[in-house]
Amino acid sequence: MPSPLRLCVRRSPASGGSGAATLVTLRLPSEVECIEEAVELVTRHCLAGHDAPHKTRFRLQVVLSEALSNAIMRGNREDRGKWVHIRAELGPEVIQLVVTDEGPGFDPAAVPEPIRPEQLDEANGRGLYLIRKLVDEVRFNEQGNSICMTLRRP
Amino acid sequence: MSFSQTKDASGVAVLQVEGQLIVGNRQELKEMVQTALDRGERRLLIDFSRTGYIDSSGLGALVSISKKIREAGGELRLSGLNEDLRSLFELTKLDTLFAIAETPQQALASF
Repeated sequence: MPSPLRLCVRRSPASGGSGAATLVTLRLPSEVECIEEAVELVTRHCLAGHDAPHKTRFRLQVVLSEALSNAIMRGNREDRGKWVHIRAELGPEVIQLVVTDEGPGFDPAAVPEPIRPEQLDEANGRGLYLIRKLVDEVRFNEQGNSICMTLRRP
Repeated sequence: MSFSQTKDASGVAVLQVEGQLIVGNRQELKEMVQTALDRGERRLLIDFSRTGYIDSSGLGALVSISKKIREAGGELRLSGLNEDLRSLFELTKLDTLFAIAETPQQALASF
């Protein structure tokens, strides 16, 4: 039985200045069994009140599950004493998702492109590539244990 | 989410992925394929007609499975990918690595 997720939702002024944003935070344990429920919860909040096309829902689901999978398996190395934190700032035009793990971090520039012919036969390394392809902007913190993904609403 | 396995009239092992192929269950599919290979199966079809989502770990598992089947002298086909799933194969260029048919019937006919 996976540990329970801890969800917090509140209204706050958008960091961009204009209009209100909804801030959703979620803390989940380092268990891959929790990914599906966390993705479903956060996606539902991201799209609440918006007539979002199917494509937006799919992009959100893919990038969230890939970021969580990376955080749990590579960042926290499935250490059940460590947590993964999601912070979603939901503005009228932009969705910003930050996923942070409690691991040492990594160098995203050192991850090879999985579509190179010599990489195509590799079993790993496609998660970050998919994220980069499906969101409008990706940033990491200096330590490399926190990814910030920005999607503009259509 | 689960996997089921049948054999079609021409002797192809057909594995059906129901729900999702993700980090939490990819190992199960790899083991199923290994068991089929150990049993002597050499023509395998994995059908995704009832699959809603494949994550990058699932894609990676398919790459490993494909390698295993190739090394054993077998053939693998994929079928039934919906538009979302096909876009993931295209983005990662895995559509160039796999023989993908629209329907299981078309895949079976291509062996």
